[in-house]
Amino acid sequence: MMSRFSFFRSLLGLATAALLLPACQSATNKQTAARLPYLGEPEVAAPGDTVYPRIPSFTLLNQDSVTVTPATLAGKVYVADFFFTTCPSICPKMSSEMLRVYEKYKNDPRVSFVSHTIDPEHDTLPVLRDYAQRLGVQNAQQWHFVTAPRDTIYNLARKYMAAVQRDKTAPGGAVHNGAFALVDPQGHVRGLYDGINPQEVDRLLKDLPVLLDEVAPTKATAAK
Amino acid sequence: MALRPTSALLRSAVLLAAAALALPSCFTDRQNEGQKLYANHCASCHGDQGQGLRRLIPPVAGADYLTKYRDDLPCLIRRGQQGPIIVNGVHYNQVMPGHEDLTDSQITNLLNYVQSAWGNKGEKYTIREVSELLDRCQGSDGQ
Ligand code: HEC
Repeated sequence: MMSRFSFFRSLLGLATAALLLPACQSATNKQTAARLPYLGEPEVAAPGDTVYPRIPSFTLLNQDSVTVTPATLAGKVYVADFFFTTCPSICPKMSSEMLRVYEKYKNDPRVSFVSHTIDPEHDTLPVLRDYAQRLGVQNAQQWHFVTAPRDTIYNLARKYMAAVQRDKTAPGGAVHNGAFALVDPQGHVRGLYDGINPQEVDRLLKDLPVLLDEVAPTKATAAK
Repeated sequence: MALRPTSALLRSAVLLAAAALALPSCFTDRQNEGQKLYANHCASCHGDQGQGLRRLIPPVAGADYLTKYRDDLPCLIRRGQQGPIIVNGVHYNQVMPGHEDLTDSQITNLLNYVQSAWGNKGEKYTIREVSELLDRCQGSDGQ
């Protein structure tokens, strides 16, 4: 059984993350949010030189059997989450909330979506493709449903600060919270949202344009 | 099933919050059991308004399935459902998990809610009827 314990641990993780960054977190949410915070534990390379963690390079495969790397997402802002197609509880809710964001930014080349399966053994490419199409996502132009070896996915999940854990007894072999991560073109996580909570996803919808504004100059020069 | 504690926790939190906000006077009203059970066990998939989710999860609001397969519904709730099915002419093929933790009487209240919410006008069930229908899949707990 997935213990309450592991659930709380994930909650705790998030809570700690939130506590660690109170300064940047609260400032942005209240005021007109000039700039989104950088999330994750910073490293102080040298005094005055603080380095925030970035998503490391990755190679994934999407529902159209196309390789997805950071280059695929170059210059874009994207929303990442972790799910599996047979998840009995929170995933449909996550998918419908993500769909809300997707529909708002459909055909906007500045925004992408990456949904990682945490059950790659079951969620083969045809399964992912079927899931995406049933959700109304006809191809992987903008919303990638991706797979990779389990370890790759789980390591990435940690970088996106989405609490995902192996649990052999859980359906799909894993438990997870429904975090959505908002990522900037440099691979920095700039927002974390509970993907099963519509209010949290509303917050994401508020933050997205803020981040797009920030990267707009970059976008103009980003070669297509 | 292992995700249940998580979602059960979340859901009870959500429910409590929602109940505290919206239904302060209905706390002890057993009439609402079906609605609460729906919010607790079904809404995460079928939606707050029974609307379903695209071609992934069929709707329970305005679904022809509810009247066509009325007698099969208690066992569908108890044992779950998988494989291709057609609801309102649309093909679905996903997995709905079973609900072993509900009593016969809870399934009755739940189904009666579903059969009458969102403009649905299905025939209601008695507990005895539901228990009998559950015997078809050895799913009655006699309660
Ligand atoms: C994990 C998601 C999930 C949950 C939770 C869930 N269902 Fe389902 N339900 C489904 C799916 C998916 C199908 C279609 C299964 C298939 O494709 O064979 C379905 C089918 C049905 C059907 C028959 C088709 C229709 O829509 O009329 C009914 C009735 C139904 N569910 C009612 C319920 C009720 C009541 C609950 C709460 C006890 C519930 N479901 C909980 C996913 C879910």
